[in-house]
Amino acid sequence: MDIIFSHNAKRIGADVREELPVAADAKPARFHMSTRHFRRRALALVAAGWLGGCISQPAGTDEAPKTLSFEPAAVERGAQLAAIGNCIVCHTAPGGQPYAGGRALKTPFGIIHGTNITPDPETGIGRWSEGAFARAMRQGVDRDGRHLYPAFPYDHYTKLTDEDVRALYAFVMTREPVSAGRPANQLSFPFNIRSLIGLWKRLYFEPGAFVPDSGQNAEWNRGAYLVQGLGHCGACHTPRNVLGAEKNDLYLAGGEAEGWHAPALTGASPAPEPWTTDYLFRYLRGGLTDRHDAPAGPMASVVHNLAAVPEQDVRAIAVYVAAQMDPPTPERRSLRAEAGAPTRTEGGDSTLQAGATIYAGACGACHDNGRIAPYSGDALQLTYSTSVNLPTPSNFIHIVLDGVMPRDGEPGPWMPGFRGALTDGQLAALTLYARSRFGSGPPWRDVEGEVRKARTSGATGGG
Amino acid sequence: MVRLNVNGREHQVDVDPATPLLYVLRDHLQLNGAKYGCGLGQCGACTVLVEGRPIFSCVVPVSVLEGPRIRTLEGLGTIANPGPVQRAFIEEQAAQCGFCIPGMIVRAHALLERNPEPSPAQIREYMRHNLCRCGTHMRIVRAVARAAAAMKTRAAKDASR
Repeated sequence: MDIIFSHNAKRIGADVREELPVAADAKPARFHMSTRHFRRRALALVAAGWLGGCISQPAGTDEAPKTLSFEPAAVERGAQLAAIGNCIVCHTAPGGQPYAGGRALKTPFGIIHGTNITPDPETGIGRWSEGAFARAMRQGVDRDGRHLYPAFPYDHYTKLTDEDVRALYAFVMTREPVSAGRPANQLSFPFNIRSLIGLWKRLYFEPGAFVPDSGQNAEWNRGAYLVQGLGHCGACHTPRNVLGAEKNDLYLAGGEAEGWHAPALTGASPAPEPWTTDYLFRYLRGGLTDRHDAPAGPMASVVHNLAAVPEQDVRAIAVYVAAQMDPPTPERRSLRAEAGAPTRTEGGDSTLQAGATIYAGACGACHDNGRIAPYSGDALQLTYSTSVNLPTPSNFIHIVLDGVMPRDGEPGPWMPGFRGALTDGQLAALTLYARSRFGSGPPWRDVEGEVRKARTSGATGGG
Repeated sequence: MVRLNVNGREHQVDVDPATPLLYVLRDHLQLNGAKYGCGLGQCGACTVLVEGRPIFSCVVPVSVLEGPRIRTLEGLGTIANPGPVQRAFIEEQAAQCGFCIPGMIVRAHALLERNPEPSPAQIREYMRHNLCRCGTHMRIVRAVARAAAAMKTRAAKDASR
């Protein structure tokens, strides 16, 4: 895909807000277990909840003072931290006021709505003292003492320093107060019983501040603090168990977000070109390289928000993540060598033939012409694409359906969507062909099913 | 041989099935309404409708278009008898150089077929995929709103007959 720097050509200005694909009717994809198995686990949880006596925490008695004042430096730092935490995404409804909540978050357990974290006293957190705010961040308990659903990643925020919690408090309490109630959560039984979160916490939640690794340097530790804590990268990039807790033994080994696959950030990274600190830094800064996909899907807003973050913090994140990737194994090095020398798939069955024709007419002009940046159309050669090497075709399909678009008025990678042009069968053929020609894994299964799922969950497309 | 249904007419063209539709429209069917702008599916000058949905014809191979109904600018009206969207674009003098206008009209038509009363924000959101270099965006937005009003009036008249 390529970059349009809007110097002269302009799109008709829409005030486009971030709207990630969320569909009420799409089935959650993360858990591939049988319903019976799932029910049995759920019932066990209920029983254990009763026996375990999961009790809420005492209500916070202290109320925020009527007037609060903050150092401008703390507010500014809080803004940067909120950008690292990507807070605005979950706490803002599509087209809604920033941080006023209401965004529907689809989980395997039902829909949870992001809360209003503006300082409105009635519907927001205007009455929350700093202590109540800190307790919510670190222990997942609201001001009234009720457990918070771990969709709010306090399992990560628990690692925050006092100073950072204070800065975040200063930031949110100086936002414009917005009176906005939120829709009721739609969680299935027994997940709608809030007190059961207490048991979940006992099983999976490990409170405690970040502990630096004395064997690593300051930059690595800074990155670790940001990635494990506020950045909550593992919330998407670490697979979750049946009760929605991150599997610690598979830290950053690849997870899921909003119907997209969040690729492994470990030695299992599927990127044909091994990531390095420099590549990661450029990626996280929104820059394109000719060796990796552009940020898309839920990651696009992460990168968008990181633009407001000091360079040294982004570099620290890159240093730490690169260290998780390990040096490339011989297999990965050979993957890279293969990527450098694409092989053409000739012949094959009729589906692959159909896919090859679609690729030639729809994709090749940008992705397969060897044009050199920054000439318009210098899109990624798909031999270097991570999306064709993932365990599922979901990312590839989402990108072909809806393209990749920068926010209105901002420069960024741009690819047209093909939602209106391709039928499910045609898109499936293209997907299978791309996997077969450019990917390294076995053919994807149930590609048409994945296409249908993506089509019902996506946003409006360009084409 | 590729079979295409364009503006209600069946065509058979002898082209490589990977050929993007735009080239077939212009070079084989002499339908020159859709324009070649960027050839990369980025500017929208080549927009046509497939089953009522806008597509960038410069990046859609004809192999996937055997069957669905394709509608181009020429299918929305004639010089003697312009369609309501075309008429509104003329009345608002929405064209400066005019190169993007065919794509704009076609995309606007798709919007109004789906949503006869779009809000200004919805017009901007829907039209954002098409580029104009001259800066006539405000006139284009007004033309789309005017077309919506005209189509509503006509629909009301038709209903009261």
